[in-house]
Amino acid sequence: MSDVMIELLISATWETLLMTFAAGFISLLAGLPLGLALVLTGKSGLCENLWANRILGSVINAFRSVPFIILLVALIPLTRFIVGTALGTWAAIVPLAIAATPYYARIAEVSLREVDRGLIEAVRAMGGNRWTIIREVLIPESLPGIVAGFTVTLVTLVGASAMAGAIGAGGLGDLAIRYGYQRFETGVMIAVVIVLIIMVCAIQWIGDRAVERLDRRQSTV
Amino acid sequence: MNSHSFVDPRQTTPLLADEVVRLTDVHRRFRETVALDGISLSVRKGEIIGIIGRSGAGKSTLIRCLNGLERPDSGEIAIEGTRIDRLTESQLQPLRRRIGMIFQHFNLLSAKTVEANVALPLKIEGLAKAERLARAREMLDLVGLSDKAAAYPAQLSGGQKQRVGIARALAARPALLLSDEATSALDPETTRSILSLLKEINHKLGLTIILITHEMDVVRSIADRVAVIDAGRIVETGPVQSIFANPEAPITRRLLEGSRPRLPEHLVDRLRSDASRLVLGVDVSGDYAQRQLFTDLVDAFRQGANLVQGGVEHIQDRPMARIFLTLPAQDASLVEQVKFRLAAANARVEVLNHV
Repeated sequence: MSDVMIELLISATWETLLMTFAAGFISLLAGLPLGLALVLTGKSGLCENLWANRILGSVINAFRSVPFIILLVALIPLTRFIVGTALGTWAAIVPLAIAATPYYARIAEVSLREVDRGLIEAVRAMGGNRWTIIREVLIPESLPGIVAGFTVTLVTLVGASAMAGAIGAGGLGDLAIRYGYQRFETGVMIAVVIVLIIMVCAIQWIGDRAVERLDRRQSTV
Repeated sequence: MNSHSFVDPRQTTPLLADEVVRLTDVHRRFRETVALDGISLSVRKGEIIGIIGRSGAGKSTLIRCLNGLERPDSGEIAIEGTRIDRLTESQLQPLRRRIGMIFQHFNLLSAKTVEANVALPLKIEGLAKAERLARAREMLDLVGLSDKAAAYPAQLSGGQKQRVGIARALAARPALLLSDEATSALDPETTRSILSLLKEINHKLGLTIILITHEMDVVRSIADRVAVIDAGRIVETGPVQSIFANPEAPITRRLLEGSRPRLPEHLVDRLRSDASRLVLGVDVSGDYAQRQLFTDLVDAFRQGANLVQGGVEHIQDRPMARIFLTLPAQDASLVEQVKFRLAAANARVEVLNHV
């Protein structure tokens, strides 16, 4: 592989990392409150409101059902409004974050819902209000699941960012399509796949270690 | 009575000065199921009261009504003279800090250390960190777990978890402790140690304890008073000794069966109406049960009576005998004589059939 290729590979890796982590970070900030809202407004939740729950759930489902490549194009006006341009790596972060947010909201919802109701009852019994329950029970008790779900979201984003090449965002997927696939440069294709495998394994490994450290539910004497 | 100053004007009956809990005609139903069907109960300061019933009898709903986790459909619930049955969730929150609660499955927060779990009620109360940690240490000391302050609940045994639960329930200096089947998930030995801890706390702090359970043994070992609940109603209530000596409701007798001597299975299987030996079950309490009972029976033993099961035990400090005798059925005068003597001593004699 030529020096030019290696340089391309390095900048593509950087672009993928940027898209994955920036979109992941936004989806964490937006998805966690949404997941929390789903649990709180759900049946026998702390702020039960089945209408709000149904509407929120439908909106989340709608966003999740649109194929990412369609979303990417459909969101161009919004992207242009937020970033100022509809092209490039930063422009791709907007649709990626918007696609990942409902995805992560559902994952967070599952973890939050799994918190033992007895714990919520115990804190209610000691005079805790809703906010106390969210802060002292729901979030800390589901933190291992929240982090594990965030890891899954990041890995999914690594894959989704490949499609962002369609709006000139660059990244490893784009490199693989343009050089590896369209120009039959097998070496580039293999190099990209290896970098992607290493990236995904590293994200998963870091996520797993974090979950291990956070999870106090099992005895670790 | 000078206690009227803190009685709610809507209160129908004046509150006794040392009354911690008063329930008046409390009803609660879940769709078609009636959970509480007119419960009235009063609990005095410093008392340990056991509420016993089979599962589904309504005892969980009852105890959850006492701290407002459950709301009655009608009736009045007063805690320390304050009506709580119509309060909103946010009005209930400060009152709940006066009531500690322990649970069957402990309900400790797995992500917090033992110390942080115990300090949580104080954090909710708004105490400064140093203050609440000092209090948590004090509580852990009380339950004998000072060395586990930094451990996580998953590292503890069931009995230790319940001790942490007790420390947490007591941290905010409650006036009342609610125990919701607190020993039902524990083995017999651990159950005994938890119960003696509760008893000790009751003595030391003068804390009022309401415990619900389906195990008569729990009631027997620590309660002063027992209320038997069945199908949402209190069917029988009174001092533990008198309930054990003279259970009146059939449900009470059934609940007592498990913790009292009973006729051996192989004899139960052989009970018939035409066999040669009559089986009697005898319950008697007081000093009589320890000595006079047996001297009264000496003649009967000489004439062919057998003691097949039973003995003397103590309910709190009161001796109580429960024995099963067999007598030759054809000897009518002996049977009459035994029944007469026992009846004269206020014993309860039950003729069970023949073997």
